[in-house]
Amino acid sequence: MNILTKWLRAYLPELPADDAQLAEDLTLRGIAVEGVYDLGPGNGSLYEMDITTNRVDAMNHYGVAREAAAIYGLALPPLAFPLPEPRATTSPFSVRIEADDACGRFTARVLRGVRISDSRDWFSGAEVSTYFALLEQKCISSAVDATNFAWLAMGQPTHAFDLDKIEGGIVVRRALKGEKLKTLDGVERSLDPEDLVVADHAKALALAGVMGGWDTMITPATTNVLVEAAWFDPMAVRRTARRHGLHTDASHRFERGADFNAAPLASAIVSSIILANGGHIEGDLVDVQAASAHARTAGRQPIALALSEVHRLLGATVDKEGITAATVEHVLTALGCGLAPQQGSASAWLVTLPSWRLDIEREIDLIEEVARVYGYNGFRNTLPSFGEGVRALPWAESESVVRRTLLAAGFHEAIASTFCSTAEAALTAPQPGQIVPLGNPLSEEAGVLRPSLVPGMLAMIAGNLHRDVSDVRLFELGTVFSGSTEKVEERPALAFGAAGSLPEQGPLHAPRLIEFHDIKGVVEQVLARFQMRSVYFDRFPADSGLMPAWLHPYRAARVAADGLTVGWFGQLHPAEAAARKLKDPVLVGEIYVDRLYKFAQRKPAAREISRFQPVRRDFSLILDKTIAWEKIDQALAGLRIPELVDWRVREVFHDAKLGDRDYSLLMGTTFQAPDRTLREEELRSFQEQVVEAVGKAGARLRS
Amino acid sequence: MMTDTIPNLTAFDEAALDQAFAALARQAQDAAAALNGEADAEAFRLDWLGRKQGRLNDVSGRWLKAAPPEAKKALGLRFNALKAEVERLLDAALGAGPSDAALAAEAIDITLPGTRRLTGAEHPITRTLNEIVSVFAALGYSVGVGPEVETDYYNFESMNFPPGHPARDTQDTLVVAAQDRRPLRDRLLLRTHTSPVQMRTMEMQPPPVRIVIPGKVHRNDAQDATHSPIFHQVEGLCVDTNITFSDLKGTLDHAMKALFGSAVKTRFFPSFFPFTEPSADVQISCIFCGGKGCRKCKNSGWIELLGCGMVDPAVFAFAAEKQPAYDPKKISGFAFGMGVERIAMMKYGISEIGSFYAGDMRFLGQFV
Repeated sequence: MNILTKWLRAYLPELPADDAQLAEDLTLRGIAVEGVYDLGPGNGSLYEMDITTNRVDAMNHYGVAREAAAIYGLALPPLAFPLPEPRATTSPFSVRIEADDACGRFTARVLRGVRISDSRDWFSGAEVSTYFALLEQKCISSAVDATNFAWLAMGQPTHAFDLDKIEGGIVVRRALKGEKLKTLDGVERSLDPEDLVVADHAKALALAGVMGGWDTMITPATTNVLVEAAWFDPMAVRRTARRHGLHTDASHRFERGADFNAAPLASAIVSSIILANGGHIEGDLVDVQAASAHARTAGRQPIALALSEVHRLLGATVDKEGITAATVEHVLTALGCGLAPQQGSASAWLVTLPSWRLDIEREIDLIEEVARVYGYNGFRNTLPSFGEGVRALPWAESESVVRRTLLAAGFHEAIASTFCSTAEAALTAPQPGQIVPLGNPLSEEAGVLRPSLVPGMLAMIAGNLHRDVSDVRLFELGTVFSGSTEKVEERPALAFGAAGSLPEQGPLHAPRLIEFHDIKGVVEQVLARFQMRSVYFDRFPADSGLMPAWLHPYRAARVAADGLTVGWFGQLHPAEAAARKLKDPVLVGEIYVDRLYKFAQRKPAAREISRFQPVRRDFSLILDKTIAWEKIDQALAGLRIPELVDWRVREVFHDAKLGDRDYSLLMGTTFQAPDRTLREEELRSFQEQVVEAVGKAGARLRS
Repeated sequence: MMTDTIPNLTAFDEAALDQAFAALARQAQDAAAALNGEADAEAFRLDWLGRKQGRLNDVSGRWLKAAPPEAKKALGLRFNALKAEVERLLDAALGAGPSDAALAAEAIDITLPGTRRLTGAEHPITRTLNEIVSVFAALGYSVGVGPEVETDYYNFESMNFPPGHPARDTQDTLVVAAQDRRPLRDRLLLRTHTSPVQMRTMEMQPPPVRIVIPGKVHRNDAQDATHSPIFHQVEGLCVDTNITFSDLKGTLDHAMKALFGSAVKTRFFPSFFPFTEPSADVQISCIFCGGKGCRKCKNSGWIELLGCGMVDPAVFAFAAEKQPAYDPKKISGFAFGMGVERIAMMKYGISEIGSFYAGDMRFLGQFV
């Protein structure tokens, strides 16, 4: 909404501030001026306003002038639009409110013999063409412009009908089933029985409080006019406007609560402007009111306000004197409240509320007004005392450990979309059939709540590779969703993805593509931060249906901690890679960190480091290709030789000389005792035990 | 290598001793200077320090024996000094290691780039969230979280957005499908702000409350340079007896100084949020120009950063349904909320909010 300072100053000629200062002072009191534009000599400035939805009363020139008057302690004269004496009539215009739950007041004034023309500056206080030109407000006709002028001046929506198109009188009622109305925008609308309409005795004329009707609009041929100024219920207008997808100035105001008492003045503004071009009034203003609407707006009960509550909630001020009874009285009176001392107290009042401030309903609302006009920056900066002890989230440290481990492994943290497509969800959901769709998704690709972080991870990896960023290392810690539209479960999850070469490459080292075991190492590092009795990796036959469909069935693993599945990882299924136009192998995985966080974090504990010489022995083994390292590993673990302190694969060879079925493996072992140097005989015995154990596991020594 | 023998000493006065020992020291130094490699050094050691044929052994054997008793001390001192010098020369010869020529053959190009391991970067949003949370942790605030899928009750109704209220229009909401038949308050939606966690916290614990709530929120907004349907907020809530608006001001003034530097100034002006009253928007003096006015602050000298206010009594009334201690006549409180993306964009000079969610390695790598 835009405001002209020229128009404001017409209402408050004694304003002591220049336009820039006024803008600042208004903004600091919640009537925010977002932009100030100089309109040239003598034209003042145009303010671009950003007024919060609760302050609909200030979305017009008189409303802003009222705020300025309160700030500078000026008196604001009431608006005066005197009307000529009406000509008497024997048949007053008929107005009936049937839907009195939705229409609280309806005023109608009959103007006859008017001449519709272009707008002019009609008289002092009705500078229609000057103000509209400065506001770049479109001029339509003298009658329509008069209603817009009233709206811009004091915020009350009005409507002018061509009286000769009205049959009988006005009835404000709900629409009839199947009733039709062509509105001013030229759209033929089918009305809903819940819609509130302004009708005559034969047909609907207008969507009440939203938009006028086509058939009764003012035309250059119009000579007789009916001026409507009414009060409609916010919810009734809101529902009608929503139903028809309309948002107009009028509906905006009525939805947020119009001023019940404003109708006669608004009607006078419109009528006096139309009559300035000729014509006369017929009969008195017809004013029909519903008592219940009056009671909840203009006729509200006064509310109690105590200065002690003001102090209890607002606290210390910079100024020593602070907020006194006089401050409260001055501020609230300027805003249109009436204050009566309560029970003879000088610091407690009964406050009557202005009809235009429906947002003020409670004591706290009055306290806010006092704080607002006093100025928020007049309050001191104080600190409350400490409360109780500080509690961190129970899993905060675990999450932090996981994050630090991945950062140290060279993965960047990412945040992906919370949503994915139905197809991606079906592909990656750990629990099928538990996908939660959105009712109003942003797009089809974002149609459901992500059941897994994998779709987002794949999208980000693809994004990088398609932008020629070939080395990708990403992880995300985020929420995944499952359940139904009745009940949604949320769990924290971790996903990671990698593609391209290992970062250790340099000009002196040959590059190597990242592969499964690089990622497995990262998973092991993450799991090593928690206390678990056992961690193992396995996979299932491709046809078992147990492998996630997004993973390569022979280059992927499930990871289980103490028998519980905590995640899956491996190479992206080549079909999925192809579907995303990814040529290089992509490694991706997901860890169910909610399960991980149930384990305690590993607590470091120091062990004595042996002073005695370790002895290293390598074994070159030949194995059938069906025998995995795990078997050898378990065989050595099964020996339970305390002096066998370490064993590991040093190298794996696939040697053509061995034939298709076999492969060879170099295993390193380390023997060490905490308390002595190992003797030759001991070592020989250990070696024999190792050879026997790996032999039982299916390995033979390479000669 | 030296093969001459040690001459007999005839005079034992100080001058004679000095001269004799100086000559030996010179011999040792000359010999050491000609050494090349470990084998030479070993020969030098044997020649001078060998137990049987070593020259020093010879000196002590012959000179010390021949010396009159009154000269033995002076001779001993000089002998020890010579021995130390020979040992020093030997150490230097051994420490010299391989010859320069041998080392030169091993030269490398030290101007080639170093081999770097990738260091992972914390996401700028995580980083900013953690910074904000730790500022409030230092002020005695605990950390809380809540679900991203919320009910209408927690997201709107209990935050004093009554059904059908226009304020609901300001937060375009993404909703879970198939909610129309359910009672309004049970309908599921993607939370539009972290404020519902205020209510969840108050339902769980009576006052006092000091809590800070980081989290992801969603709105049905079109994406542009500064708007995203996904973003993050940090919410704060402080409830106790005698919590005032000036406490709110002081707390946020301190927090902004902690986050942006002690030179930052804050100013508060009225705003509207259904769940606070009085409500305020907070501006900080522009961190780019210090308040003089620049492009970043649209020449105003101020940047709007967060919303806050005193907890609305209507919100306490909802909390009191489960925790009667939230009696707005006895307690009071304040709440605040800030957009994390906006702060991160300012702190790190990010111009497109979409960069946060694209997972571009080149973008993320800047935050190492």
